[in-house]
Amino acid sequence: MTKVDIISTVYEKVGFSKKEAMRVVETIFDIMKETLERGEKIKISGFGNFVVRKKRNRRGRNPQTGGDIEISARKIMTFKPSQVLKNELNR
Amino acid sequence: MNKAELVLRVAERANVTQKVAKVIVDTIFEGMRDSLAKGERIEIRGFGSFVVKNYEGYRGRNPKTGALVDVSGKRLPFFKVGKELKERVNS
Repeated sequence: MTKVDIISTVYEKVGFSKKEAMRVVETIFDIMKETLERGEKIKISGFGNFVVRKKRNRRGRNPQTGGDIEISARKIMTFKPSQVLKNELNR
Repeated sequence: MNKAELVLRVAERANVTQKVAKVIVDTIFEGMRDSLAKGERIEIRGFGSFVVKNYEGYRGRNPKTGALVDVSGKRLPFFKVGKELKERVNS
């Protein structure tokens, strides 16, 4: 499934033109990206939570050379699936 | 941000009614859930991709009592952050 498939589903369901459907779908993902960029989490009931986590800097190893390296502090995004979604995958 | 807040912002920005925005947001996440339930992969460019991983069942032990227990197999969804979002979250 790609964004094109999502747009088709929306188009069939809402009766918008393909162009309109595309505009709204893009807006949804834009808003989600902006929200996560601000470090704010997104909770979608029945699907899951998108969470931004801060990682401190830490020591690591280059697995290829074995050399000691410093891994800088960073922010990462994780997805935690909801119980509903997990159940849905295991029916 | 939860789903209701997302709907509000989508309605504002895309200039559609809240009712329409809700139908579209729900359609997207239900579509994604159905797609994952079928074991399909979802790819949303600029955002990320979802894949379903299969875990085999195994015979484990209850660490407290040492009793043998059968752990059944399961399927779990995984999200891989897209390049654009990954960079924006960390900027």
